[in-house]
Amino acid sequence: MDVTAPMQPATSAPTRAADRVYDVERIRADFPVLHQQINGHPLVYLDNAATAQKPQCVIDELVRYYTSDNANIHRGVHALSIRATEAYERSRRAAQRFIGAAEPEEIIFTRSTTEGVNLVAQSYGRTVLREGDEILISTFEHHSNIVPWQMLCEQTGARLKVAPINDAGELMIDAFERLLTERTRIVSLAHVSNALGTINPLATLIPLARAAGATVVVDGAQAAPHTKIDVCKLDCDFYLLSSHKMYGPTGVGVVYGRRSLLERMPPYQGGGEMIKSVAFEKTVYNDVPHKFEAGTPNIADVVAFRSAVVYLEGIGMDRISAHEHELLGYGTRLLSEIPAVRLVGTASNKAAVLSFVVDGVHAHDVGTVLDGEGIAVRTGHHCAQPVMDRFGVPATARASLGLYNTKEELDALAGAIRKVVEVFG
Amino acid sequence: MSDLQDLYQDMILDHNKRPRNRRALDEANRRAEGYNPLCGDRVTVFVRLEDNVVKEATFEGSGCAISTASASLMTEAVKGKTLDEAKALFKKFHKLVTGGAVETAEGPGLGKLEVFSGVCRYPARVKCATLAWHTVNAALEEHDSEEPKVTTE
Repeated sequence: MDVTAPMQPATSAPTRAADRVYDVERIRADFPVLHQQINGHPLVYLDNAATAQKPQCVIDELVRYYTSDNANIHRGVHALSIRATEAYERSRRAAQRFIGAAEPEEIIFTRSTTEGVNLVAQSYGRTVLREGDEILISTFEHHSNIVPWQMLCEQTGARLKVAPINDAGELMIDAFERLLTERTRIVSLAHVSNALGTINPLATLIPLARAAGATVVVDGAQAAPHTKIDVCKLDCDFYLLSSHKMYGPTGVGVVYGRRSLLERMPPYQGGGEMIKSVAFEKTVYNDVPHKFEAGTPNIADVVAFRSAVVYLEGIGMDRISAHEHELLGYGTRLLSEIPAVRLVGTASNKAAVLSFVVDGVHAHDVGTVLDGEGIAVRTGHHCAQPVMDRFGVPATARASLGLYNTKEELDALAGAIRKVVEVFG
Repeated sequence: MSDLQDLYQDMILDHNKRPRNRRALDEANRRAEGYNPLCGDRVTVFVRLEDNVVKEATFEGSGCAISTASASLMTEAVKGKTLDEAKALFKKFHKLVTGGAVETAEGPGLGKLEVFSGVCRYPARVKCATLAWHTVNAALEEHDSEEPKVTTE
């Protein structure tokens, strides 16, 4: 297999994938950025929950698009515009396939997951919420799944309720159930916690929310790169993705929305693309999904996002999950052997995130010493300050793993943490 | 580790482990709170100012090694300085950690504070080094009874 070429699409992948061993070195060869020295050490990139690195096929597709197809979409009659439009819409179908949506019209491109939450809050939420209605989220939400709802509450007089988590960092299902009332209109939950790695038991939570009559929004930014997603099986109403966390370009978010809801929702922003006809007397809005995509979208990055999806499908999400799960187990054992280290987030069902504190050492000092060893981790509150408050720490260091990480890299991480203990001990 | 040793010099590690003047100061007539939202670091600086001279300075709070050592060394450095000298020292220190040239002509020299010279090669850590200084500066500029709050953002 040519390491720089996009891998086979999902349609032919499953049977072939099962036959192949997970050749991590071959996968690493697809990511040019990984092959460099930082402070005299090989780069160990463990900040994948912040953003993932890009395979050559994604980089090549960006260059190819600008080199041969670049044009504005959905209105030109010339060849380039037709090619660009086709490529853009092909990405929509790739996103639809990747998350198991029923129709491509249920896929809206935004510039980020954050914009996606805001779209759902402002277009859907603002239409249906009345004073005294309730929105239910959890303690471990990213700020982007907190603040848009707070803003919506200010606008509508609705109330934001927060389901607690236990000491392992798992949502407390009993408490969640008790917080659901007949006033609960919207339940918005992370599929995977960015700060802790906890995988939410959506198969249990979503039926509870639906039974209460709530509309269910799932922030899947941290789940999409690690696990297979099927929005029909989940039975959620909205599901949000981020391209750049899925090894695709920055500047692209995806909103899946159930068609029956999208049809009823007013546009999020006004402008070009989102209209059928404009007159000063009356403007007719475009059909879904275009009525939610005002203005010239981020065409090139959306087009290259498809290459990332095809790349992930080529390897197979099941095999990626299995590889990362093995790494998580290995890393958890390594870090648990260091007496000064405390893992924050020890859920029984976790994505490959190792959030930790070192006794008596601030996370930023940990991060700086690790960087000196060529190891990139995130330090701070991870845009989830309520989680830090819940665990009584100002910040953690977070190693988040991806499909190209190796056990040797985790050995390097553990060695560098021992150095932290030496320097500050 | 040579670059790191440059950042985490022995004196910084020592002041991080055994911070000097880390206590509230009952007799303080100036105080300010500083906050670095990026790290969640908080510091309160207490100053007893008499006849325009810093008679005593203390701090409370905790943070990373750089911010704790910087607060500790700051309280030592400003003690005995006039208001103008303390402000001039802040300016010089700021230049040191942001990589600007430090003039030696006017005001007091940096002395011990030069252990922070490695910080300028770590742009992400500059705010850690300057938090206590921004805070003491705010305390010294305070003119009414209201307690000023500064943030690094």
